[in-house]
Amino acid sequence: MSILKDAISSQLGAEVRFVEGYQHPARTIFCIVPQEKFVDAAKAMKKAYALLAAEWATDETTFGRGYGIFACYRWGHEYLIVKTETAADAPVFPSLTKHFLPAWRFERQIQSLMGVMPLNHPDTRPWIKFEDWPEDAWPLRKSFDASKPMPRVEGEYKWTKAEGEGVYEIPVGPVHAGIIEPGHFRFQAVGEDVLNLEERLGYVHKGIEKRFESLSWDEGYRLAGRVSGDTTVAHSLGYCMALESMTGCNLPERVHWLRALFLERERIANHLGDIGAICNDAAFAFMLYQMMRLKEMLLRTNHALFGHRFIMDRVVPGGVAVDIDTACREVILAELDRLSKDFERLVVIYEENPSLEDRVRNTGMLKPKRAREICAVGIVARASGLNLDCRIFNPFPPYDQYDRLELGVPVMITGDVHARTWVRIQEVRESIRIIRWILDNMPDGAISAPVAAPFPDKAGFAAVEGWRGEIIYWLQSGPNGELNRCMVRDPSSVNWLGLERAIHGNIVPDFPLCNKSFNQSYSGHDL
Amino acid sequence: MIRILRQIFRTGIVTEPLPDQVTREIQAAGLKLEAAVRERFRRSITIRQVDAGSCNGCELEIHAINNPIYNCEKYGIHFTASPRFADLLLVTGPVTRNMEIALRRTYVSTPSPKFVVAVGDCACTGGIFGETYASLGGVDKVIPVDARIPGCPPTPLQLMQGLTRLLDGADTKK
Ligand code: SF4
Repeated sequence: MSILKDAISSQLGAEVRFVEGYQHPARTIFCIVPQEKFVDAAKAMKKAYALLAAEWATDETTFGRGYGIFACYRWGHEYLIVKTETAADAPVFPSLTKHFLPAWRFERQIQSLMGVMPLNHPDTRPWIKFEDWPEDAWPLRKSFDASKPMPRVEGEYKWTKAEGEGVYEIPVGPVHAGIIEPGHFRFQAVGEDVLNLEERLGYVHKGIEKRFESLSWDEGYRLAGRVSGDTTVAHSLGYCMALESMTGCNLPERVHWLRALFLERERIANHLGDIGAICNDAAFAFMLYQMMRLKEMLLRTNHALFGHRFIMDRVVPGGVAVDIDTACREVILAELDRLSKDFERLVVIYEENPSLEDRVRNTGMLKPKRAREICAVGIVARASGLNLDCRIFNPFPPYDQYDRLELGVPVMITGDVHARTWVRIQEVRESIRIIRWILDNMPDGAISAPVAAPFPDKAGFAAVEGWRGEIIYWLQSGPNGELNRCMVRDPSSVNWLGLERAIHGNIVPDFPLCNKSFNQSYSGHDL
Repeated sequence: MIRILRQIFRTGIVTEPLPDQVTREIQAAGLKLEAAVRERFRRSITIRQVDAGSCNGCELEIHAINNPIYNCEKYGIHFTASPRFADLLLVTGPVTRNMEIALRRTYVSTPSPKFVVAVGDCACTGGIFGETYASLGGVDKVIPVDARIPGCPPTPLQLMQGLTRLLDGADTKK
C-alpha cells in the first residue's frame, strides 16, 4: 500500500504508467505520465500532502528519445518520481511553480542549463547561468562541448526593484566580508527594516553535474565528496547508495554501521561550528572559541583514526575505506566523554545568557506554513515544525532498528534563530548517543563488497540525511551502461528560499545572524 | 556570568594543550611564521581570503587556523574584510567562470606590493573540477600566483607551513 501511488492513480487513472525494474531501489515508485497530465499529477500529490523534493531534466537523445522531466515527491517514508517526456526539437514542459514553490528555482535551472522551457513560468530570468553566457549555452545537453570555455556576451540581470520615499538598496557580495563562500544579496530597506531580500547565486557553479558525465562510475564518489566540502561524507554516501541500489550490490552489515558513524561525526563537527558561529554573530565570541575548540578536537581524532579531518573519500562504492578496531573505539569513547561534558556546560551558558536570548529569539522567523510552502528540509524544516529526517523515514542500518536505537529527532515550531540553534544542540546530544550505541553494537564483518557495472538505461535513487538535511542523488546509466546523468539535490537548493522569507520584518543588522542560522551551502546549490 | 568565567578558567589557554607531537609541530611552525612575519612585514601581515569557486572544504581549514588551537593571530596574521587593507590574497577553489570578474576586481583593489597564495589542489591546478565551460582551472589562469599550498584541503598545519615558506622568500618581491 502506498499513499502516493494510490493518490496519483485515483486522479489520473489509466493515464499514469507505473514502471518497474527501471529505477532502484524498488520502494521508490517510478511512473510516467503524458505531458498534459504533469500538472494534474502535481495537484494529486499536493492533495495527498506530499512535498516536492526535487525536479530535474535529462537529455535522452542518445537513447533516441527527447528530454525527460522528473519531479520527485515525498510523503513520510515514501518517494514517488513522476516523469514526463518532451520532443527533442522544441522541448517544453508545463511548470509546477503554481503548485509547489521550490519548482520556481528548479525550473529556472532546468531552462538555464538544459534548455527545456517551462510553460507558464512566472519568472524566466536565468538561474545559475549568468547573463554573460551565450543564450544557447545549455551545458547539460549532450551536444554541448563542456571542455571549451564560453565567450562572454552582453546582458543584464533584472533585479526586483522597490521604489518610494526613503527606500534604498544594499547590494552585498559576491565577495563577502569573512571567510565564506561567494553569493550576492540585494536588500531593499527603509531605515533599518528590510522590505525585501533577493538572492542571486551561481557564482561557484563549477559544472559538477556535467563533470560527472565524463567520469566512470567508480570515480564519481570523489566528485560527490566535493560537491560541498563540509558535507563530504553525506554526499559521497548519497552517490554510493544510488549506485549500489542500481547494481544490486549487497553490502556487509558492518559497512552501514561505519557509514553511520562517519555521518554522525560529520553532523557533530558541523553543528558545533554553527552553534559557535551563530553566537558569534550575536556578539558572543566566547561561544565561538569554545565550540571551535571542541570541533578541532573532533577533527583531529578523525585525522588520527580515519586519515582525513573531514573523513573525505572514506565512503566508497561498495563499502568504506577504513575500519576501526578496539583501540579506536576507546579513543572515540574517551573523546565523546570529554566532548559531552564540556558541551553541556556550554549549553547552560547559552541558555542563561539574556542578551543572547534577546538576539536569537523571534529573529529570522520562518513560520511553519512558509517552511511547508518552500518544502524545506533538514534543520531548517525541523526548526519550523516539519518532522522530516531521512534517518527515520528512509533509514539504512543501524537507523532502521527503531526499537533498539530509539532515534530522537528534535522538532521546534517557532522557526526563529533560536529554534535552528536549539535543534542543532539537541542533535549534537543525540549524535553523541548514537555514536556510543554504534560502537557498542557494531557487528563484525567485511568493510567492502564488489560493485558490478550498471546495466544500460537504468536509474538509481538515494536520499541521505546529511547534517544540513536530506540530500538526494539520482543516477542514470546511458545506452552503453555509462554514467549518463547525475542529479544532485543538496538541502541548500530548497532552503535558500527560506532565508528570503525569514528575513522579512527584520532589521538589516540581523541579517548575518539569520544567514548564519540557516548556513546553507553555496557550492552545493550552485553545483 | 560566573559560569562563563568559570568555563574560561577551566579551559585555560588551549593554544598549546597536551604535550603531543602535533602540538609541538604547530608551535614550531608558528614560531617560524612569526619570525618571517616580524622580519618582512613589521610584525603583522593582513590576509584577505577569496573563495573563487571552492567546495568550501578549504574555507573550513582556513577558519581552523583562526581557532584557539592554532591561533594564527598570535603570530601576527590577521584576516581582514576588505582587500584594500590586505597584503596577501588567499585564494581557494578552481576559478569559476562566474567568479572570474569578481576575483580580478579583488586583485586590482588590493594595494601593491601584494602576494597571492593559491590554497588547495583546486586553486593550484583546477583539481577534480578541471578546466571546463564553468571552471577556468587554477588561480594562475586568472591572476599571478606567488605561492601554492596543495592539499584537499590542506590541513591547518600545512597552511601555516605554506605561509612560512612564502614569507621566508618574501624579499624577492619587496
Ligand atoms: S582543494 Fe579540495 S577541499 Fe579545497 S576546494 Fe578543492 S575540492 Fe574542496
